[in-house]
Amino acid sequence: MHVLCGIGGSDDSLRALEQTVDRAAVAGDDLTIGVVENPNAEIAVEEVIRRAEAAIAAAGIDATVRHVEGDPGSRLVDIAEQEGFDRIVLGGGHTSPMGKISIGPIAEFVLLNSNTSVTLVR
Amino acid sequence: MRERRYPDAVAGRFETPPITFTDGEGREIEIREYDDSEASYEALVAMYDSFDPSDRAQGIPPGGESRVREWLDAILTDDCLNVVAWCAGSVAGHATLVPDDEAYELAIFVHQTYQRAGIGTRLIRGLLGCGQAAGIEQVWLTVERWNRAAVSLYEKIGFETSNTESFELEMALRLNESTDDTAAENDSDDGSAE
Repeated sequence: MHVLCGIGGSDDSLRALEQTVDRAAVAGDDLTIGVVENPNAEIAVEEVIRRAEAAIAAAGIDATVRHVEGDPGSRLVDIAEQEGFDRIVLGGGHTSPMGKISIGPIAEFVLLNSNTSVTLVR
Repeated sequence: MRERRYPDAVAGRFETPPITFTDGEGREIEIREYDDSEASYEALVAMYDSFDPSDRAQGIPPGGESRVREWLDAILTDDCLNVVAWCAGSVAGHATLVPDDEAYELAIFVHQTYQRAGIGTRLIRGLLGCGQAAGIEQVWLTVERWNRAAVSLYEKIGFETSNTESFELEMALRLNESTDDTAAENDSDDGSAE
């Protein structure tokens, strides 16, 4: 499967990165990690790129990491459609100390606007 | 993290539990602070274990008894505030304040058997009474946009919409005057904040 995993440095996106890389190692997915600029994330883009490359190296797979500039949600939807990806994978949302899950604006935009199937990682 | 806006005005005073009243169906209800006994804990588990899944919101209460216990273990701790509505030895409802970085998140659940009888309003007021007594300053919650009944209940209590960007509506309330420096910025011109 041709998978585009969009991450921006939030905790849930880093979990999505880990699981997507692990799955690619088993399933042989053709994986691209799109590092987006999430204004709510506490980690800088360069650090997210470094972590993505480290995860790929640790899993021993061949995957691409690329910096996605511009509006994160719309760019991910565009890239997936124009480059023929089968699936977009995103973090599954932030969980408050209360245990409530909330979905961020990037995931909301992708869910509502993407023709490509979307997976949220829990 | 994005900013959450709180009302400038402090909410009115709320009554503190224990509170007893007769609900809209003629049942005797008592609202008490959670007492951490095993019997209370098991009664809460029983309430959530039979809770209608279609009334779940954003993943809580979780499904299945073991997940319910895990979740309760996380929110029935000393740093949280928990208030329970009792009816003849069973839990009719439960409301909780759980601290995050700067404030407390509120959640309230009334079991299907006891809904639409005025218990939720008394329960949330009882919880906020405890919160006020404990010196809590800021409370927030999220609610589904379509849940007009809940939104108007929160508005009646004094919650104001604080963020409309997400799927869910976020609302906030100021329970007590602020004592910390960052929140006193608004008062900096008159220097009277203590």
